[in-house]
Amino acid sequence: MSKKNNQIQLAASDKIFRGVALVILAFVMVIIIYPIWFVLVASFTNPLEIYQNAFLFWPKEFNFESYKLVFRDQDFITGFINSILYTLVGTTLNVVMNICGAYPLSKRNFKGKTFFTLMFTFTMFFSGGLIPTYLVVDALGLRNTFWAIIIPSAVGMYNIIIMRTYFQSRIPLELEEAAKVDGCTNFRLLLQIVLPLSVPIIAVIALYYGVGRWNDYFSAMIYITNRKLYPLQLVLREILLQNQASDMMDVVSDSGYSDRMMARLGLKYAVIVVSTVPIFVIYPLVQKFFAKGVMVGAIKG
Amino acid sequence: MQTKAAVKKNKPSGNAKGGFGGWLKFQLHDWAKALKRDYDVYLLILPVVVYFVIFAYIPMYGIQIAFKNYSPALGFADSPWVGLDHLTRFINSLYFGRVIKNTLIMSVYSLIISIPAPVILALLFNEVRTKRLRVTMQAISYAPNFISTVVMVSMIIMFLTPQTGFVDSILRVFGYSAEQSIINEPSAFYHLYVWTGVWQGMGWSSVIYSAAIEGVPVDMYEAARLDGASKLKQIWYITIPSISPTIIILAIMAIGNVLNIGYEKVFLMQTSLNLTSSEIISTYVYKSGLQQAQYSFSTMVGLFNNVINFIILIIANSIAKRVSETSLW
Repeated sequence: MSKKNNQIQLAASDKIFRGVALVILAFVMVIIIYPIWFVLVASFTNPLEIYQNAFLFWPKEFNFESYKLVFRDQDFITGFINSILYTLVGTTLNVVMNICGAYPLSKRNFKGKTFFTLMFTFTMFFSGGLIPTYLVVDALGLRNTFWAIIIPSAVGMYNIIIMRTYFQSRIPLELEEAAKVDGCTNFRLLLQIVLPLSVPIIAVIALYYGVGRWNDYFSAMIYITNRKLYPLQLVLREILLQNQASDMMDVVSDSGYSDRMMARLGLKYAVIVVSTVPIFVIYPLVQKFFAKGVMVGAIKG
Repeated sequence: MQTKAAVKKNKPSGNAKGGFGGWLKFQLHDWAKALKRDYDVYLLILPVVVYFVIFAYIPMYGIQIAFKNYSPALGFADSPWVGLDHLTRFINSLYFGRVIKNTLIMSVYSLIISIPAPVILALLFNEVRTKRLRVTMQAISYAPNFISTVVMVSMIIMFLTPQTGFVDSILRVFGYSAEQSIINEPSAFYHLYVWTGVWQGMGWSSVIYSAAIEGVPVDMYEAARLDGASKLKQIWYITIPSISPTIIILAIMAIGNVLNIGYEKVFLMQTSLNLTSSEIISTYVYKSGLQQAQYSFSTMVGLFNNVINFIILIIANSIAKRVSETSLW
């Protein structure tokens, strides 16, 4: 009887616990969503409203002026196109290199495996640092070329480990041996058996690299001075972060100042939306692979 | 590669006996056999090896310029040695105390917050029984992770701008009254850096813990319930111990990167007014190295950062090994 009572009490306390957890989660969700929502609404709002209201929930009327300004900005368009190229070429190279690194390391009897694993893993924890790397890239004559963005970050050991673990756990040994007996070369085995079985992990790894490519500003800041090669993130940095000082300079001289200031503010929000949309479009396409891809690779890695 | 392997194969194949010479022959023979059998695998890994040699190991070789006066004309190897001059100069410089302090505070602060935060979030997600609701909430929590550093920092700055930023309005309700934006406040910088980092990374980092929690066998909870364990106790005595290897591995990785804090973000968050709190070793390396072209000096500063980092990693790993039998190596 008392045990039953106990169970009832327990059920009640569990309910309270779950309730509290849900309340906290709801709060966290609001904190995560609202800033993103604010940017989205602000981009469709007449900038004057942003000045008048601290909080925005829905645009009073949809206003597309800010977006028109974005698409009239030549630097932005050049940057956008450059970033698409950097991302496509760079991610392709990343994925190919990642497979080249992960497949050999996933093989059961590959002589030198330990050596290569150690050699690659060491780079995760120790590096030459910013300056020596910069000097190497410079010495190779890559600076101020398209390839300065692409090649120095061609592959990363972390992602190789994830993919290697996936290969090891998902591709049965028997399959490999059967293929060997049939006289299939390692290379054909990779192309015709391993890769078709590994679509989820390839999609996930491509997303990792792709997002990194699209969002990277630092390597371009270091290696690129030619404005024609600027990726979107560097253009964004100019629009969003660097013009503040010059905005303040011409306060005195100009009567159209406040109008321009407002247009600028609207432009900033629209620029953020346009530059972030491509990732949020691609992410859902890849998301269905996550369960299969990341978990296996990540946990056992 | 194939022909090389064939040539090697023709050498007399010694056995393990016969001292070093025999051992060497045996090894060569073994390698020749491996090369012949798996030449295509070696071809595959070749570009990756070349990449790591050029972009990881040659720069490591280039670290020697930290002890030299690098001259572009002479290159890494032939520049003249100066010993520890650059290190002494760094330690005696005005910035030394400041950048070390900022780097340590920001990294420790962000470790303390950002290691448990995703674990807690994953535990909370685990309490949501409706699968659809849970998946939706998780998807929402990942979203900030995809925002670029440039956009993230500009959102921070815009939201903190007086008049137009809503976070600034909230702060003013709670009594912040300075005329300028709080981003310029050195005393607020650490908090801004760490908590915006939590906002951005928490959801994404929780994925791996959610997966680990799902892997905990259900019958353990059932047994605990029969014994009268409350939810909180179940979490404390079952869930957390079950996922602790995952937590420890990720924590060691994070600690090993402790000084490589997000300099890309810190760099963009810097304003001339908050520099006393926001200058860290890596942003200092960038400024002294690339903006002022003091290559050798800033290589030394970077090396200093790297070595401390490596030592911390080794210490963290050995502590984890002793305490929990989970470690990186």
